[in-house]
Amino acid sequence: MPLVAYIGLSAILFVIGVMGVLLKRNALTIFMSIELMLNAVNVALAAFARHHGGLDGQIFVFFVMTVAAAEAAVGLAIFIAIFRLKKTTDVTEINLMRW
Amino acid sequence: MSLDTILASAASIAAIFSALMVIWQRNAVISALFLVLNLGSVAVLFLTLGGEFLAAVQVIVYAGAIMVLFLFVITLLNPAPLKERFASGPVMTGLTFALGVLFVAALMRGIMSLAGAGGVMASVGEEYGSARSIGELLFTAYLYPFELAGVLLMVAMVGAVVLARRQTAGED
Repeated sequence: MPLVAYIGLSAILFVIGVMGVLLKRNALTIFMSIELMLNAVNVALAAFARHHGGLDGQIFVFFVMTVAAAEAAVGLAIFIAIFRLKKTTDVTEINLMRW
Repeated sequence: MSLDTILASAASIAAIFSALMVIWQRNAVISALFLVLNLGSVAVLFLTLGGEFLAAVQVIVYAGAIMVLFLFVITLLNPAPLKERFASGPVMTGLTFALGVLFVAALMRGIMSLAGAGGVMASVGEEYGSARSIGELLFTAYLYPFELAGVLLMVAMVGAVVLARRQTAGED
């Protein structure tokens, strides 16, 4: 596939992820949508790396995966803490900090 | 059409379909399983881009470790599947989808200009994207970021343990 196809696919996946964050009400699904967005960016990085024939883009994908792993661990721990307090993962119910 | 193109096209279709299913499903477990399918097809895309090491890491770390953590937390919390598919009413949902399509169209317009600027893939050697070449770069040019990533994982691990810790009897 040419570069344009990969970048286009990346854009589509990213926008699907954005819509998931905007539309869903289950906090866990919102988190999965964030993973979708991170993955979309990874596709773009790998495609550009291949386009230039260098490996730096692939190294960057590696670091994005590291950050995603750290983020998933901390985020899920926060959800467990919130669930213990509010007994729900519905983000419309979690409005303690809303004014 | 070469085998590579067919493989990449099939993986792209699978990726888009599974991404849509992730946000369409009401049940979080089914969403998570579709996300595994999405990560798997992205791994295939990495393979077609010459990133064999990345594809392996994608399957082991992302589809393996992170998604198991996700499924573990989903089954631990066991939230009842929500009645509504989306947070807002059908009008707002439709509007969001329309805006999403518009945004993709706008992005595509910019991306298409790449095609004119020589969107051809560079030819690369056999060693491109192998564990050896990635490792050599990681431990030379990117040594400091690599070490910092280790610190980040350590901090995240301690943070996750502290956040998810059960409160002791006195505090409860």
